Amino acid sequence: MHTVPAATSRLFGSLVNLNHPGHYVHWGFIQISVANLVLIGLMIVVFVGAILIPFRRHGGGGR
Amino acid sequence: MSIDTETPVAVADRPEDAGQLSAKLRHAAVGALPPERLMPDRQPAYVASWIYVFGVLTLAALAVVILTGVVLAVMGPSWWHVSTTGLFVNSLHLWSVEVFFFTMIIHLWGKFFMAAWRGRRRATWITGVVSFVVSVGAAFTGYLSQQNFDSQWISTQAKDGINASGAGAIFNVTNFGQMLMWHIVLLPLVVVLLVGVHVLLVRLRGVVPPFAPPADKPGDPVAAPVATVAAGTDPTGPDGPIGEQS
Repeated sequence: MHTVPAATSRLFGSLVNLNHPGHYVHWGFIQISVANLVLIGLMIVVFVGAILIPFRRHGGGGR
Repeated sequence: MSIDTETPVAVADRPEDAGQLSAKLRHAAVGALPPERLMPDRQPAYVASWIYVFGVLTLAALAVVILTGVVLAVMGPSWWHVSTTGLFVNSLHLWSVEVFFFTMIIHLWGKFFMAAWRGRRRATWITGVVSFVVSVGAAFTGYLSQQNFDSQWISTQAKDGINASGAGAIFNVTNFGQMLMWHIVLLPLVVVLLVGVHVLLVRLRGVVPPFAPPADKPGDPVAAPVATVAAGTDPTGPDGPIGEQS
C-alpha cells in the first residue's frame, strides 16, 4: 500500500484533527454528531444567504 | 415503412409516413418540448435569484458522483484500499455525494417554501421527492459497499430495522454482493431516470412563479406582467429593476 508523502498530507490533509471518536450532542432524546449539526447549520446559513444575497450577472447582451 | 432511395438522409414529415410509430413519437416529443423550450435563452425575471442555482448544482454534483462511480466500478470496490489514486477517486465520490445532498436539500427547502407544486407542477414536485428518497437508499447502500469495518458495523445495525420491516427476506443488508449491485446498478438507474424526468417536467411546466402580492383595492391588478432576462445579463442594469421590464 502506498503512503501519502508528509508534504502532500499537510497540503491536502484535513484542517481539523479527525483521528478520534466522533463528538456527539445529547439533548433529551435527541442525539446528533457535532459534524452533522455543523452541516445542518451551514445549510441554513447558505439557504438564508441564497435568499437574501442579490443575484447579479455580468453586463452586456440584449434583453 | 417506405425507403427513400434518392436522398442520403431520411426525410421527415412525409404525409404517407404520418401513421408510423416513430413519426407519432417525434411529433409528440417535439410538440411537448420544442427545442426553444428545452434549451431556452430566457427565463422569467424572478428566476434571477441564488436559490435557483442549487438545483443546477445538484445536477453538477450528480454528474461527478456518476463519473467517479464509473471509475470505481471499473477498478473494483477494493481498489481504494490499496491505491492512493483509488483513495482520491473514492474521496471525490464521497464528497460529491455530500455536495449533492447539501445542495439538493437547499433546493428542496427553497421549493417547499415557494409551494413549487402550484400550477400543475405536482409531478415535478413528486419526482423530486421520490428521487431524494431513492438517493438516500443509494447513499446507504454505498456505505455498505465500503468493504471495511464501518460497512460491517452499519450492515449489522441496519439488518434489524430491515428485518423488522419484513423486507429482509429479499433485501439482505449483510449480503455484500447484493448491496453492491443495488448501489452501482439499480438505484443509480432509478435516480438518473427520475432526475431526467424531473428536469424535463421543469422545462415542460416552467419554473413556479412567486406568490401574487395582495391587491390593495378591489379591481387593482394582482401582479405586473412577468419580465424575462437573458442569460448573462444584469437584471438590475441600466433599463431599471427587473420588475419594470416589459
